[in-house]
Amino acid sequence: MSATLLSVENLTMRFGGLTAIDDLSVSVPAGKITAIIGPNGAGKTTFFNCLTGFYKPTVGSVRLAHPKKGEMRLETMTGHRVARDAQVVRTFQNIRLFPKMTVLENLIVAQHNFLQEASRFSIAGIFRLSGYRKAESEALKTAAHWLERLGLTDIADVAAGDLPYGTQRRIEIARALCVDPVLLCLDEPAAGLNPRESAELNTLLLSLCREEGIAILLIEHDMSVVMNVSDHICVLNYGRKIAEGTPEEIRNDPQVIKAYLGEDDEETASGEKAA
Amino acid sequence: MAYALQQLINGLTLGAVYGLIAIGYTMVYGIIGMINFAHGDIFMVSAFIAVTAFTLLAAFDITSLPLALTAVLITAIFFTSAYGWAVERMAYRPLRGSTRLAPLISAIGMSIFLQNMVQLTQGARVKPIPPVIEGGIELWRTADFTVQVSWTQIMIVLVTVVLMVAFTWLITQTAFGRQQRACEQDSTMTALLGINVDRTISATFMLGAALAAVAGVMVTVYYGVVDFFIGFVAGIKAFTAAVLGGIGSLPGAMLGGLIIGLIEAFWAAYLSPEYKDVATFAILILVLMFRPSGLLGRPEVEKV
Repeated sequence: MSATLLSVENLTMRFGGLTAIDDLSVSVPAGKITAIIGPNGAGKTTFFNCLTGFYKPTVGSVRLAHPKKGEMRLETMTGHRVARDAQVVRTFQNIRLFPKMTVLENLIVAQHNFLQEASRFSIAGIFRLSGYRKAESEALKTAAHWLERLGLTDIADVAAGDLPYGTQRRIEIARALCVDPVLLCLDEPAAGLNPRESAELNTLLLSLCREEGIAILLIEHDMSVVMNVSDHICVLNYGRKIAEGTPEEIRNDPQVIKAYLGEDDEETASGEKAA
Repeated sequence: MAYALQQLINGLTLGAVYGLIAIGYTMVYGIIGMINFAHGDIFMVSAFIAVTAFTLLAAFDITSLPLALTAVLITAIFFTSAYGWAVERMAYRPLRGSTRLAPLISAIGMSIFLQNMVQLTQGARVKPIPPVIEGGIELWRTADFTVQVSWTQIMIVLVTVVLMVAFTWLITQTAFGRQQRACEQDSTMTALLGINVDRTISATFMLGAALAAVAGVMVTVYYGVVDFFIGFVAGIKAFTAAVLGGIGSLPGAMLGGLIIGLIEAFWAAYLSPEYKDVATFAILILVLMFRPSGLLGRPEVEKV
């Protein structure tokens, strides 16, 4: 297994009396696709929220081994720092684009920090100095690159909110990529996609990982995506990790089958007897 | 006819001032969804800063008009922006994430605080300044009435037009404007893309205050007097303008300001000057009853 990019240790998140995540330890390898699966309410999205500064975990640590900046503790970072400094970016289950901006503008906003640096407190930006113009054209180039890769070039100037659902999903991924992530966290990217679109998503995820070297952390219910792209799968149930391994191992894990099919112990036992 | 033309000129001048203040209300509403009731008092503070600056310049015997005006404008913009920043930092940011009502009440408190602070430190009496710009152009002379447009009026309208063009450009074309529109549409997502939302909100307050500062300087030059209470009435009228135009909409605030200014001027001229404020606030009530989203407040309108 390759080097660890993200290591989560003893993560616990409690909301009053409810323990949404219970002593979870997971490690996410660099340059691979890791899937987090589990039944509804297993704590998958809460886990993402803990990684991206939305929630402050009750207990535990989230360490990111940033390839350039060294170790970072994500659980101590808030809001914009997770994306700006640690370059960990996420998408949402329900799409959150800027609906009134064009697709291109959505992608440029994601490169704001890069532009801001070049614009020197907006001064160079307002007066269009050459350094800023150069940064701007680079930002456009980055945007154009991802638009091309995700097949969005033709609709670059359309307001994002006017586009169909499947397209908006791709825009959301393109926008996240514009932040130049070291870890891309996708929350159910295949939700609401038709079979053809989710097959395209598979190809995209694999190429991002294999060609661009971006590590991907994926929450997904669509098993055709999970089983085909994941290098590593972690299964959660009631906030605890019940299994971890390759797709093959997970497919045959009795614990996982139990969690998904909801058999209880007696039935399993009597079923085995009958067999 | 000549009389009506004169009212049109007066109304446009007044409307320009209201429009400048209204932008501050509409921008803050757009980005954090609250009505900054202290904004009118920020405008009042800027007028006092202008009076102070004019007095100081006179004391140092600086009489060159363009130089004095520029110096006063820069001073007022600088200090008023600082006020805008401080008000947000102290009264609103600690309350972010609490109920919607909390910052609203805090804003009213801030408004009372600023009024009293100025009243205590500057005195309750009206402060006059000597006329800064004198004269004007006679546009039209009839037998019984002469239409006049003063240089001050020309300056107010010109400055407002230039500022509004520049401002629209800033919001629609620059990186800063893009970041601001992003915060307005989804501030959580904006933060997750690595943008410092708190800083964007601070900048919004400072920009709103800067526009109010320009309005404050011009009102000082136009009327020649200020007192600690001018912020209340001007603020509420500008707020009415923002609501009329569609709160959250930048062109709406400009249009609303213009309409309120014109209505006030014509009402005062033809119906009764005593009841001109009643007319303005009747409009506020009617808009809230029949078109709460305002004239330009449709969803597809670009908001700040």
